[in-house]
Amino acid sequence: MSTTTVDHAHDHSHDHAHDHPHGFRRWLFATNHKDIGSLYLWFAFTMLLSGGVLALIIRAELFQPGLQLVQPEFFNQLTTMHGLIMVFGAIMPAFVGFANWMIPLQIGASDMAFARMNNFSFWLMPPAAILLVSSFWVPGGATAAGWTLYAPLSTQMGPGMDMAIFAVHIMGASSIMGSINIITTILNMRAPGMTLMKMPMFCWTWLITAYLLIAVMPVLAGAITMTLTDRHFGTSFFNAAGGGDPVMYQHIFWFFGHPEVYIMILPAFGIISQIVPAFARKPLFGYASMVYATASIAILSFIVWAHHMFTTGMPVTAQLFFMYATMLISVPTGVKVFNWVATMWKGSMTFETPMLFAVGFIFVFTIGGFTGLILAVTPIDIQLQDTYYVVAHFHYVLVAGSLFALFAGYYYWSPKWTGFMYNETRGQIHFWLSLITFNITFFPMHFLGLAGMPRRYADYPAQFTDWNTVASVGAFGFGLMQVYFILAVVIPSIRGGKAAPAKPWEGAEGLEWTVPSPAPFHTFEEPPVVK
Amino acid sequence: MSTSNAKAPYYFVPGPSKWPVLAGASLLLTMIGASAWVNAVSWGSYVNFAGIFLTMVVLYNWFGDAIAESESGKYSARIDVSYRWSMSWFIFSEVMFFAAFFGALFYARSISMPWLADLDHKVLWPDFSAQWGNAGPAGTVEAFKTMGPFPIPTINTALLLTSGVTLTISHHALRAGHRGTTAFWLAATVLLGAVFMGFQVYEYMHAYSELNLKLTSGIYGSTFFMLTGFHGFHVTMGAIMLSVVLYRVLKGHFTPEQHFAFEGAAWYWHFVDVVWLGLYVVVYWL
Amino acid sequence: VVDSQGGPAVRQLNLQTPVTQIAEQIYSIHNLMLVICLVIFVAVFGVMFYSILKHRKSLGHKAASFHESTTVEIAWTVVPFLIVIGMALPATKTVVAMKDTSNADITIKATGMQWKWGYDYLKGEGEGISFLSTLSTPRTQVGSPGVAPTEARGDNYLLEVDNQVVVPVNKKVRIITTANDVIHSWTIPAFGVKQDAIPGFVRDTWFKAEKIGVYRGQCVELCGKEHAFMPIVVNVVSDDDYKKWVDTKKKEMAAKADDPNKVWTVDELKQRGEKVYAANCVACHQASGKGVPGAFPALEGSLIVNGAKAGQVGILLNGKNAMPSWKSTLSDTEIAAVITYTRNSWSNKAAENIVQPAEVLAARK
Ligand code: HEA
Ligand code: HEA
Ligand code: CUA
Ligand SMILES: [Cu+2]
Repeated sequence: MSTTTVDHAHDHSHDHAHDHPHGFRRWLFATNHKDIGSLYLWFAFTMLLSGGVLALIIRAELFQPGLQLVQPEFFNQLTTMHGLIMVFGAIMPAFVGFANWMIPLQIGASDMAFARMNNFSFWLMPPAAILLVSSFWVPGGATAAGWTLYAPLSTQMGPGMDMAIFAVHIMGASSIMGSINIITTILNMRAPGMTLMKMPMFCWTWLITAYLLIAVMPVLAGAITMTLTDRHFGTSFFNAAGGGDPVMYQHIFWFFGHPEVYIMILPAFGIISQIVPAFARKPLFGYASMVYATASIAILSFIVWAHHMFTTGMPVTAQLFFMYATMLISVPTGVKVFNWVATMWKGSMTFETPMLFAVGFIFVFTIGGFTGLILAVTPIDIQLQDTYYVVAHFHYVLVAGSLFALFAGYYYWSPKWTGFMYNETRGQIHFWLSLITFNITFFPMHFLGLAGMPRRYADYPAQFTDWNTVASVGAFGFGLMQVYFILAVVIPSIRGGKAAPAKPWEGAEGLEWTVPSPAPFHTFEEPPVVK
Repeated sequence: MSTSNAKAPYYFVPGPSKWPVLAGASLLLTMIGASAWVNAVSWGSYVNFAGIFLTMVVLYNWFGDAIAESESGKYSARIDVSYRWSMSWFIFSEVMFFAAFFGALFYARSISMPWLADLDHKVLWPDFSAQWGNAGPAGTVEAFKTMGPFPIPTINTALLLTSGVTLTISHHALRAGHRGTTAFWLAATVLLGAVFMGFQVYEYMHAYSELNLKLTSGIYGSTFFMLTGFHGFHVTMGAIMLSVVLYRVLKGHFTPEQHFAFEGAAWYWHFVDVVWLGLYVVVYWL
Repeated sequence: VVDSQGGPAVRQLNLQTPVTQIAEQIYSIHNLMLVICLVIFVAVFGVMFYSILKHRKSLGHKAASFHESTTVEIAWTVVPFLIVIGMALPATKTVVAMKDTSNADITIKATGMQWKWGYDYLKGEGEGISFLSTLSTPRTQVGSPGVAPTEARGDNYLLEVDNQVVVPVNKKVRIITTANDVIHSWTIPAFGVKQDAIPGFVRDTWFKAEKIGVYRGQCVELCGKEHAFMPIVVNVVSDDDYKKWVDTKKKEMAAKADDPNKVWTVDELKQRGEKVYAANCVACHQASGKGVPGAFPALEGSLIVNGAKAGQVGILLNGKNAMPSWKSTLSDTEIAAVITYTRNSWSNKAAENIVQPAEVLAARK
């Protein structure tokens, strides 16, 4: 075969990797991991604001008992779409954005293993978002079955449900391709000399996360495909009359769903494990045990799913098994927390914004972890399942966990991305006010849950009023802080500011700090050698 | 373009490409069409087909680019390894997809069916007894006969197993550099796949017209058709992949050393084979 | 607002006051867990904040260089493991006790429906009693977007029903749950009981209330738009009072029972049907009969309502898509009445304008 058959315009040079397209083509046709990473991050932040606006409507409605702003059916749509958008649109893509930006830089690779497929993974997200969001305007509105899409309620929904199902299919395809890309990059493109056990923690956590994604996204696809055929093609998977079982949906869903929550936290652990040593100016304590702990969490995550289903009525042996298995996860997670603390111990610490968010993460995530542990105890879970205690639990691990880690990572690496230092004072304001308003929003929800307030409620008994009011006020404060973040921190630091040196953090280590800031369009075309 | 014997770059990174974003847009169209179609909106099917067609066109061009890059010597051995990893993980994801449906079959048979028939459930379903071929306790499903392993599924098993052998012969021939033999056995493999699909279609017609076994036949029909249906779909995909590979064999794209496209498609084919064996045992025999 | 008796208190911080042994145990396990977690929390973060305060660069602290210690790492794997086991042990006992539904004095079936509960006393004293239980808080207390509530909210706002479940004190009551349409969940926090009600399946749970009083819970599984409006109220009474209640209830039921062969006039059926409609259908199809576009079909002008009556009878009996089956919820008379009502209301003037209970009975086969 002669090489001259290649006739694409961009393929003309011997080293076409040097083209640096401009304008809209740069973004639409991107094959550069940094550009694609930025696309993911912008997309995710847009979704965070959209999902956040839905949350704020929820909180506004719950400010007082009674129905003031929205009808209950619309309220359920809000809750459902808030969950779906935050999980699939905000948190997951944001971590993929970090993976795109940082993994090649951290392992000394020129790009992701499959640059074009990488772009495809991204360009599946906007179509999915369009499907999801536009479903609000079809007859019957968006799906209102909860982000868990439990059958048979999901069978009752209108066309909005089908759009959500197809959107999740697309996002699943995106996640699977993205994960294959990440795994292949990490396994096959590390610079010579960088053994797996020398690899930065962030890469390790993503390697394991990607494995989880490939294992469970297809299962979710299966579950919603069955929902689709039950809805339209007369199958009886989740219909007892035809010999199926609604609870089977829950088993399949949570086989995906529980690993999914670790998909949203393991990369966060990775980011924190980069930042804490950098600002303690001391190597990460227990690197090897961090790797093993991450792997243990991932493996255990496959055998705990039914802790979301204690009230469905399982045999007692199943309840006990899932309780024990779930509680075991706190052991490897504890190892991580202890390792971080030991890394700080006798360090030489400074507290720039990344470190503040990292410490804030450890502190608040642990609260969420403990409430998780409390929920894992079957009898207590039976009291608390489907109450606001659960809502409190998962916002502690998702907002103060995943989201705070994302902020920490942003402050840590944005100098490398933009070439400018963010404004430190504003970063600190963002941290402190986010931390405070976060707790004002979500801490009272523990009380509400213990007292028995059910979740996904458009209206509630008047005894719950006061804590709801507090939470609603906090939510608006927290939302405001995120607007502050984008307007006062992110945008100014893209436009300009103090020029960032190649390595802005004294204690930071890793290949990403060996390239200039901002990172040139192409890095490591010939791999560096790691000793 | 450099001469064909120039050294490949350390790791080839393709330049900007319009295919991914176009593929995303075509899929959006496909899904909008599908959402409308399942809700009986008149334009749904057209939009859906248009989307699928456009996706195909985009993929055709995309893969064309990739093949051209490969043929012009841009792919180093390292890229070959990447392809191997990616194909393995892709197949793993497919395994998990089938696991969901096998899991559903297991759950429905071994957990919910006995449950529905136990003493407590007499309150709701006084006459239900746990017997596979289960179409549910409500009696809303028309009577049907279940599908046994003879003769079609057994013939199909033989066909697929044989196709695994022919494919291996073809691979050995490729490694020995015999293009003609490679093509012959590869063609035989595709043919066996096609015959398999022919039988499968016949089996479905038999089920619908003589056994009254339908997709709507309760959980039995649901699991039967969804499992065998998705498998059949994968056989079709595999056969298409092998056909493309056959075309490329005839074009002389592969060398005895470098022919990952062949191997990837072969892995996929074997995977489809293994899934069939699982189906043969749990769907038809048990 | 004041505390709800048997429900949540104002600004309550912990679980509701337990009135069964199980709830008692849950309460104390929860307190125990809370204390252990707090202690660990204080210990871990005590160390962390000590370090944060002392090991700062600004204080001139120089970083040490240690980065592993097998001993410490094994210790902090093993110790949490033991703590977790310690937590699981008392919980195990409670789980086993909660699952033991044998030897109940009274068995009640609770059926979740969009959006109310149906109760059937299956075994024990009171056998045969059955009734529906619907939210009794008037919508005028709830309000709706743009419409302020016109009535002050009561103490048990959203926690009160028209027909309470009545059970005797100190008796083991087994609740078996099921549902007609989607999953609901039956709970009374004060009893430490929560059990999903799954359509087509039955599940069970039990309680033995030790204190006379009224106890309140709410449906806790998302079940559609009125999910927040289907509370559960259990009235625990003394043995004597229970006997009395069973008596009156039985008499009431006997008086109400309709003879399915009685022949009614259109107006009689319309009158009866209006009540049935208000209690069962209005949530979806609306008082105006116009439904909710895209979600719930209009009855006004509907082809089914104005067409042959057999079709409408079939749909009421067997359900269709989101429309549940009313076979087991409504009596023949009620079904006949509500059909007749819809055929003669709003702008509907169906040709076949009356359905007699006997016809429904026949259609049931
Ligand atoms: C980032 C996401 C995330 C994370 C990390 C977790 C972590 C955990 N979760 Fe959570 N969870 C969710 C997201 C997450 N969860 C979501 C979204 C839901 C609700 C879904 C829905 O219904 O919509 C949910 C619901 C949920 C339930 C079901 C509640 C219900 O619906 O009834 C349970 C029950 O077991 C549970 C348990 C746990 C446990 C045990 C952990 C553990 O991994 C936590 C481990 C951490 C620690 C324990 C703290 C640190 C440890 C130490 C300091 C060591 C010392 C500790 C001891 C010795 C005890 N979670
Ligand atoms: C994954 C991450 C994630 C994140 C980040 C959040 C963030 C928030 N969540 Fe979320 N939440 C979930 C995941 C998440 N949630 C899930 C999975 C559920 C379960 C859904 C279900 O039950 O099915 C849930 C459910 C849930 C409920 C329960 C609803 C119910 O049961 O009915 C509530 C109630 O308060 C709530 C509140 C909030 C609030 C106040 C925030 C805040 O952090 C949001 C902060 C706000 C912003 C960031 C917006 C800022 C923007 C503006 C101020 C306006 C800007 C204007 C323009 C852009 C024009 N959430
Ligand atoms: Cu019934 Cu929620
Ligand atoms: Cu979980």
